[in-house]
Amino acid sequence: MADTKHNGTAAYDLASNGKVDGDGTGQNGYKVIGTRPVRPDGVDKVTGRAVYAADVQMTGLLHGKILRSPHAHAHIRSIDTSKAEALPGVRAVVTAADLPVAEDKIEDLGEGAINLKYLSDNILAHEKALYHGHAVAAVAAISPHIAEEAVSLIDVDYDLLPAVMTVDDALADDAPILLDTLRTDAMGEIGAQPTNLASFFRHQRGDLDAAFADAHLVVERAFRTETVHQGYIEPQAATALYSADGQITIWTSTQGSFAVRGQVAEILKIPVSRLKVIPTEIGGGFGGKINVYVEPVAVLLSQKAGYEPVKIVMNRADVLAATGPTSGSNIRVKIAVDVNGKITAGLAELYYEAGAYPGSPVGAAANVSLAPYAIDNLQVDGYDIVVNRPRSAAYRAPGGTNAAFAVESVVDELAEKLGMDAADFRILNGAKEKDRRPDGVQYARIGQIETVQAIKNSRHYQTSLEGKYRGRGIASGYWNNWGGQSSATAALNPDGTVNLNEASTDIGGTRASISMQLAEALEIGYEQVKTRVVDTDTVAYNDVTGGSRTTFATGWAAYDLGQKLKQEMKRRLADVWDVSPQDVSYEDGIFYAGDESLPFVEAANVVQREEPLMASSTVHPQDFGPGFSTQCVDVEIDPETGKITILRYTIAQDVGKAIHPSYVEGQMQGGVAQGIGWAINEEYIYDDEGHLLNASLLDYRMPTALDLPMIDTILVEVPSPGHPYGVRGVGEVNIVPPAGAIANAVYDATGVRMDKLPISPANLLEAMWAKEAEAAGKPVPGDD
Amino acid sequence: MQAFDYIAPKSVDEAISALAAGGEKARPLSGGTDLIAQLQEGRRGLETVVDVKRIPELMEISISADGLKLGAAVSCHTINANQAVRDAYPALIDSTHLIGGTQIQGRASIGGNLCNSSPAADAIPNLVVHNVSCHIAGPNGRRTVAVEDFCTGPGQNVLENGEFLVSLTFPKPPPNFGAAYLRFIPRNEMDIAVVGAGASVILSDDKETIQSARVSLGAVAPTPLLVQEAGDVLAGQPISEETLNKAADLAKAAARPINDMRGTIAQRKHLSGVLTQRALRIAIDRARGAKTVDELGRLNGHGE
Repeated sequence: MADTKHNGTAAYDLASNGKVDGDGTGQNGYKVIGTRPVRPDGVDKVTGRAVYAADVQMTGLLHGKILRSPHAHAHIRSIDTSKAEALPGVRAVVTAADLPVAEDKIEDLGEGAINLKYLSDNILAHEKALYHGHAVAAVAAISPHIAEEAVSLIDVDYDLLPAVMTVDDALADDAPILLDTLRTDAMGEIGAQPTNLASFFRHQRGDLDAAFADAHLVVERAFRTETVHQGYIEPQAATALYSADGQITIWTSTQGSFAVRGQVAEILKIPVSRLKVIPTEIGGGFGGKINVYVEPVAVLLSQKAGYEPVKIVMNRADVLAATGPTSGSNIRVKIAVDVNGKITAGLAELYYEAGAYPGSPVGAAANVSLAPYAIDNLQVDGYDIVVNRPRSAAYRAPGGTNAAFAVESVVDELAEKLGMDAADFRILNGAKEKDRRPDGVQYARIGQIETVQAIKNSRHYQTSLEGKYRGRGIASGYWNNWGGQSSATAALNPDGTVNLNEASTDIGGTRASISMQLAEALEIGYEQVKTRVVDTDTVAYNDVTGGSRTTFATGWAAYDLGQKLKQEMKRRLADVWDVSPQDVSYEDGIFYAGDESLPFVEAANVVQREEPLMASSTVHPQDFGPGFSTQCVDVEIDPETGKITILRYTIAQDVGKAIHPSYVEGQMQGGVAQGIGWAINEEYIYDDEGHLLNASLLDYRMPTALDLPMIDTILVEVPSPGHPYGVRGVGEVNIVPPAGAIANAVYDATGVRMDKLPISPANLLEAMWAKEAEAAGKPVPGDD
Repeated sequence: MQAFDYIAPKSVDEAISALAAGGEKARPLSGGTDLIAQLQEGRRGLETVVDVKRIPELMEISISADGLKLGAAVSCHTINANQAVRDAYPALIDSTHLIGGTQIQGRASIGGNLCNSSPAADAIPNLVVHNVSCHIAGPNGRRTVAVEDFCTGPGQNVLENGEFLVSLTFPKPPPNFGAAYLRFIPRNEMDIAVVGAGASVILSDDKETIQSARVSLGAVAPTPLLVQEAGDVLAGQPISEETLNKAADLAKAAARPINDMRGTIAQRKHLSGVLTQRALRIAIDRARGAKTVDELGRLNGHGE
């Protein structure tokens, strides 16, 4: 698949020297990997038959609605639910009083550890409402309309507190405190005073002060980015049935059915053996469908309503106000270079808004920040800060986009001041094997420099951009990826097909990419593998679809299943043929021993005459390879309105080995589409009291089809040594560079360096006015 | 959303009775693209919804020697599909293309857009620069109001209890007339105007001088504005950058916007000038016969 061309996509195969194929067929000898078959879920999705969480129906179904706090920060004095309970058609009303008392205990749920007390408080507010939209009570009724009316009949007596909305608000000396028991954890040292600073950490190496003092050139800038949402198209929805025998079934849209099981078990203090989570099809997640929101509430309502099923479907306003988002941030970056343009020192200070409870992605952001560069003298500081906004959730390469926006802006300015080409500067300073990322972890074989080289060699970069108010920018980005735990079983059918049961939510075509790895391992056709995503009672524990891990780790389990099935088939054929198992070989889909031979399809029948054949696999691979991406964008600015038009966009990404290139390209394009939205229009807008003003897709402005250009993709294949087929996670790193690349292009077009996101028309106009006024020595035009 | 009574009268008189009987808790339904959303989101509570689409007068679209008569419930799609209207009132199509996507245009009406009376409505500045008259029916008979006097505040207008909008009349375009409506939105679709600007001109026969002009702004005040002074300053002036700049400056001065999630005061004042100038240029081009609506069909990124 070295020269795959598809939809304007050029594939670079740099893998010829990679030793990656566990089955001995050679890198270019793949039969299934690298092809582009139709996904197993395709027909159901395009015909509307696929069942999503809101589609779940059953006899006696009740409808749940949630009452949300209209205030950003308030004590809850009392909640009177009597009028709601009296409304005909209402079957149950619950508040935090119905939740068991939660422990102060940390649970790791995939993309970040969660304190269960905070998780419980976020499900239904206990003593305090901590953001506009915080769930306070819930109702189950015989229709959604009655439930909605009942919710409006609940009286909550609030004692209002000042809203703490930003890093600066939260760290002010007299800042109101959100969480009375919170103390700063400064690398294990616990503070004495109540605080909004949940934690502080520092990564450090070399002699930073000396390096800055000796530098040829230093650039230092401060940046601000706003809260943004994952923007998955399907709102959260769940149905729970608490059966009279104590067994509980939950149908939900989630990135991890086992993560739902674990969270609900902890929050409601129910053993996992009484919980069965059935994942529906999912309409996007991007990290936002790992935490539970409505599931525990539906369970409580179902029990209280007399063991009737209860469905809760969020609307878009609920989704924006109470799920997601990812952190706004204040970031300071300082980088020094020597006279040759080599980076000698790098400093990044990252202040991330966690939302109402600790747990911003600042830790991951720290590793993203300076990751693409080889730097001997380095310091990265991270601050996790609580504010009166929704509790932040993972969002595609969590924390990375903010950090890369800041670092890549400074890198661009350094290259400009040195008079160096921006790509050459990145190649000169690029991190490679044995260099270290900010926290000191040493890289194995990585492809950062190759992605810059691919952009530099691209038709896009090689074609000059003409015209006034047009500009080009590039930026790089890093993402760690993840391995995690996966479980799967494979049952051999007598007709030579295989039923593969696995439990990784399929968000990006992973049923296809996992099927392909089993088909490759067994040397059978893709269409001979039938892969299903099953519930939590069917296979062993399985981590969430997150961290770009599914094609990597669950794919590994599929590879392992293939090895096991083959081995057992050989053993049984040896019995049939009366030879030793070592004498049975398998090549090109045919088993051989001496003069005997049998194709896989026939062997599948023969080996199961006495006993059926099924294999199971559990894996926890550790050597997942990180991903890098470098991107190039051309923009045009309307100087009178400040509006950005994206003219052209090219991504080069180190994808390891692309199992299904179309879905890899789709991931790259999707991440960039989200990154463009983050860069130019998306932001949570609050008034002075902390009310969210734009909880709708009308005013929370994600890009539409008309706002995006064709996004060209270059697949740079640097196989990961940590996977039998060289797979790297590909889902996340693509969202890391866009904001930086676009900011650099805007600078090229206008001469304005944007120090904040989004680069919305209003923000860009103001920055252009400020620059003009500065040039003319005049005051900035204001509200005249 | 709470249950409500639905009535679909076939005559103006029946509608008046139903609305008068329902009082504050009754409201006419045209396309429903605003009303249904308001009901669903609980922003409005009604007991009676009076569907006016079965009243023939509200669905009429006809061009005569006097001009265009447009029933208040005629959908944008019906207007877009009417070649005679496209030819005679090209600027009207600027608004009917901007309101919603294709599916929404099949329901949404210009009359409904006016009666919803949003300061940011995409039809109203356009109606203002076309000198449109609003024909109202009610318990006390019929009356006519100039469109620039129709809106009285955000979501508020001159309609009294039991009254509703029956039709709009557009005067026949005089010779050398041209108009345009433009809005600024941060994206390329699915947005509410940060600022909208309508402009119309009547040129001299040699098409070098502006005889008269009208300028109207949306989303910069509690109601859409007729900027009389911007029109006045253009009257009798030769077409030049300088004249257009003067009108733009007056439009900017007339704007009294607020800061909200859709835009800032400084941005909106600035855009009032920019869009006034751009709308005037298109209006002049159209008056000179240079561009038809179909040639400008992709204004603001919208397809034909």
